[in-house]
Amino acid sequence: MIEVTVNGDVREVEPGLSVTQLLERLGLQPRLVVVEHNREILDRARYDGTPVEAGDNLELVHFVGGG
Amino acid sequence: MPELVKLEDHPLEIAGREFRSRLIVGTGKYRSNDAMVDAIAASGAEMVTVAVRRIDLDRTHEEGILYHLDPGRIFLLPNTAGCYTAEDAVRYARLGRAAGMSDWVKLEVIGDQRTLLPDVIATLEAAKQLVSEGFKVLAYTNEDVVTALKLEDAGCSAVMPLASPIGSGLGLVNPYFVREIKARLHCPVIVDAGVGTASDACVTMEQGVDGILMNTAIAEASDPVRMAHAMRLAVVAGREAYLAGRMPRREVAVPSSPLAGMLA
Repeated sequence: MIEVTVNGDVREVEPGLSVTQLLERLGLQPRLVVVEHNREILDRARYDGTPVEAGDNLELVHFVGGG
Repeated sequence: MPELVKLEDHPLEIAGREFRSRLIVGTGKYRSNDAMVDAIAASGAEMVTVAVRRIDLDRTHEEGILYHLDPGRIFLLPNTAGCYTAEDAVRYARLGRAAGMSDWVKLEVIGDQRTLLPDVIATLEAAKQLVSEGFKVLAYTNEDVVTALKLEDAGCSAVMPLASPIGSGLGLVNPYFVREIKARLHCPVIVDAGVGTASDACVTMEQGVDGILMNTAIAEASDPVRMAHAMRLAVVAGREAYLAGRMPRREVAVPSSPLAGMLA
């Protein structure tokens, strides 16, 4: 297992996952999630081809109610 | 009740996009998602603001707002609420754009926790950066004419002075400066934040501004759907009164009935 930081919390995930696979493991629909990968916004078309590596910092955000 | 007469008015146009409603509403602080959806419908708003936040990964049923609002039917305006620096606001704006709806952003950079008043220097800095990246920036600001002029010069698509502090419900505290901002700017002026009830919205629109953005006044009403409807009518009433041109204020009474023809 490798350690990655997701939304501020360290999590252990299996090695070799793509971002799409990580989102699926977390029960999220990729089309409704915006991913910031090591402070860079990841284009949705690149979720499949981007590997999640040890030490990565991911922010997974979406729209919520606000004024 | 007789049907309302439809009078001529040009639509609200922001960055080349037309809106028939001059009321923009927020989506925060509702007691339920159903109440939010019903209140938006009652308000007649065609554009709503949304916030960008981390997904709560521990709540399996955590639902983003896109489960409840159809972006094909209502235009979503992501905000940068909660940001205290230009850098953070730019980051949130980029995340909002990456959701793929549009390149519009409601820019908000807060400078003080107690009043939630904007940091206008940071707002201007963020506005310049975002405009250079192709964003359509609708900038929340205070009722300072000089800042409003600078935000317009920076290329903002709309400038949004407050009526009073966010969530305060104090109504329009500075009509003179809001009128002055409207008189001096060429871009749309939307009053954002501070209205508490329908009369506040009406008085605000009577100043001649192009629209109002509100959230708490509707969401925290005892009956949000009813208040949304009241706000819809108040915005129309205030706009109509502005276009009609009010009578002059006088310090003395002037009779409405003829003086001639009185009985001897």
